[in-house]
Amino acid sequence: MTITQHDAAEELVEAFALLGDWEERYRFIIDLGRRLEPLDESLKIEAHRVHGCQSTVYLVPRIQSGDPPIIDFQAQSDAAIVNGLIAILRRIYADRPAPEVLAFDAHGLLKRLGLDEHLSPTRRNGLHEMVKRIQSLARRAMESAADADARPSSC
Amino acid sequence: MNKPPSITPSIEAERSAHPGELFDDRGNLDIDRLRADFPLLARKVHGKPLVYLDNAATTQKPLPVIETLDRYYRMHNANIHRGIHAVAEEATEAFETARKRVAAFINSPSERSVIFTSGTTESINLVARSWGGANLKPGDEVLISHMEHHSNIVPWQLICAQTGASLRVIPIDDHGQLVLDSLDDLLTERTRLLAITQMSNALGTINPVSSLIKRAHAAGAKVLIDAAQSVPHLGVDVQDLDCDFLAFSGHKVFGPTGIGVLYGREALLESMPPFLGGGEMIKQVRLDGSEFNDPPYRFEAGTPNIAGAIGLGAAIDYVQSLGPERIAQREAALLAWGTEALGSVPGLRLIGTAAQKAAVLSFVLDFAHPLDAGMILDRQGIAVRTGHHCAQPVMDRFKIPATVRASLAVYNTEREIDSLVQGLEKVRDLS
Ligand SMILES: Cc1ncc(COP(=O)(O)O)c(C=O)c1O
Repeated sequence: MTITQHDAAEELVEAFALLGDWEERYRFIIDLGRRLEPLDESLKIEAHRVHGCQSTVYLVPRIQSGDPPIIDFQAQSDAAIVNGLIAILRRIYADRPAPEVLAFDAHGLLKRLGLDEHLSPTRRNGLHEMVKRIQSLARRAMESAADADARPSSC
Repeated sequence: MNKPPSITPSIEAERSAHPGELFDDRGNLDIDRLRADFPLLARKVHGKPLVYLDNAATTQKPLPVIETLDRYYRMHNANIHRGIHAVAEEATEAFETARKRVAAFINSPSERSVIFTSGTTESINLVARSWGGANLKPGDEVLISHMEHHSNIVPWQLICAQTGASLRVIPIDDHGQLVLDSLDDLLTERTRLLAITQMSNALGTINPVSSLIKRAHAAGAKVLIDAAQSVPHLGVDVQDLDCDFLAFSGHKVFGPTGIGVLYGREALLESMPPFLGGGEMIKQVRLDGSEFNDPPYRFEAGTPNIAGAIGLGAAIDYVQSLGPERIAQREAALLAWGTEALGSVPGLRLIGTAAQKAAVLSFVLDFAHPLDAGMILDRQGIAVRTGHHCAQPVMDRFKIPATVRASLAVYNTEREIDSLVQGLEKVRDLS
C-alpha cells in the first residue's frame, strides 16, 4: 500500500479540479483506463462478469487473507470510459484492508469528481454494480476471517 | 353560447387550427413550425441544444396531446362506463371517441376490434395467453423472425413452454432482411401463427407483411403483426393487410406512455377467453361462475388508462392532420440524408442495410464502443440509444455486442443529423 485511501481520493479530487470542461474530463478518464493492466483472456469467464453494464466488464478478485483481509482486484471492460472508471475504482479500493473498503464513501468521492451521475444504477455503465461487487468481496472476506477466528483452535 | 363541457369539441377546435400553419404555400411541412409544437425539442441538455434521435424508443409529445391530458385531468376526470353522473358520462364519451379514432386510423371495420392495452408488449402477451393458451397444443408451431423485439419473442417462448408447441424462426441475411426462401420449409400445416414485425426497431427493415400474411393464411395460420414501429412511420390499414391481430404502442406515435392497442379480427376475439379477470370484463358475476362481456370489454379488465386513451386519440388526430404519407415522405428524405452522411464517416458500419427500410440508423464504429459513443454524444446534447435495443438475437446474428442507434421522427432535421456526424468526430478524437 503506497498511499492511504484518503490521500488517493484527495489526489483524484485535485487532478479533476484542474480539468476544465467535460471533454478534458473524459479525455483524462479514458487515459487512466488506457494505463490499466489488461486482463488475461483466460480470466474473462462468466463467474467474473459484472452485469448491469452495456459493455462487457470482468472483475477478478484477489484477496489476501489476514487480519484484516486485503482486498485487491483486476477489472477490464471493452469500453474506454468504463476502463477509466475502473482505474478510478482501483485507486480507491485496490490493495486496501477490507474495513476501509467497506467504510469508504464512494458516492461522496464520485460527487466531488463530478462523476456521481455515472453511479446511478440506471446508467448501465457498470460503475454501480462494480462498487457493489467490491463491497461484497470485502464483506465476505471479513465474514470468513471472523469465521476462522470463531473456529476452536486445534490444540 | 357556452361551449359544451366535452373534451371532443375542444380537440376538434385545436385540430382545425393546425393545418395551414404547419404547411408552406406548396403544401410541404414547415419543420420549424412543426417543431414548435413539441416543447421538449427546445430543451438544452448539458448546455447544448437537444438533438433528439431516440424516437424508436419513444417520441416526444406535441402540444395538442399535452393539452388534452391536462384538460382531461382538470375538467373531465371520472371513472368510465358505470357512472350516471355528468362527468363520468363525458369521460366515457371521450374514451369511446378515442377508440373510434383508433379504429378509423388503422381502418378497422369496427371499433369492437380495438382493445386498449398498456402497449405493444401487453397486446402481444394478451394474444399469446388468450388465443395461444386456447389454441396451441403439442406439435403446433409458432413462427417468428430473427429480427423480433424481445416482446415478440418471450411471450411465445412462455406459451410454447406451457402448451408444448414449438417456436420456429425465419432467418435474416447480412442486410437484415428476411430470408424468404426459408418459408418453404418453415411455413407448414403445423404453423398455427406467424407473429412478425412490420418494421424492425433495431435495423429499420420493413418486412413485406402483405405477402407474408397471404402465404401464412394459405398455410392455414393466423398472423399477428407487431406494428410498434410501423404505425408511427408507415401507417397501417388492417383491412388492406388482412392481418388477424395487430399491436402497437401510443408512446411511439406521439401519444402518452402506458397506452397501446390490440386490433383483433372480431370473430376471433369473440372466440377467445379473457386475459385478465376483474371489473369491466364481465356481464354477470356469481360466486359459482361468471359470464364474460363481449369484446373489446372482455379484454379490458379493471379501470383502463382513460387519460392515455384520450391522449392517444389526440395524437392520432395530430398524425392525421400532418398526413401519414407526408410523414413517410419527409422521413424517407431524412433517412437518405442520414445514410449518406453516416456513410462518409470512416470506420462506421451501418447495421441494417435492407432495400426497404425506414427511420433507423443503427451502426457500429471501429474506433469506439457504442457505450463510449453514446456517453460522448450525450455530453454534446445528442440523444441516441446504445445497446441491444431489446433485440439480442439481432446482435448475435451480426456478432456484435451492441449498436449505436439514431432513430428519426418527422420533426428531425438534416442539421441534427449533421450534428450527429460532427459529434462522432468528437468521439473519434477522444477515443
Ligand atoms: C418492434 C417493437 N415491438 C415491440 C416493442 C415494445 O413496445 P412497448 O415497450 O411500448 O410495449 C417495441 C418498443 O421498443 C418495438 O420497437
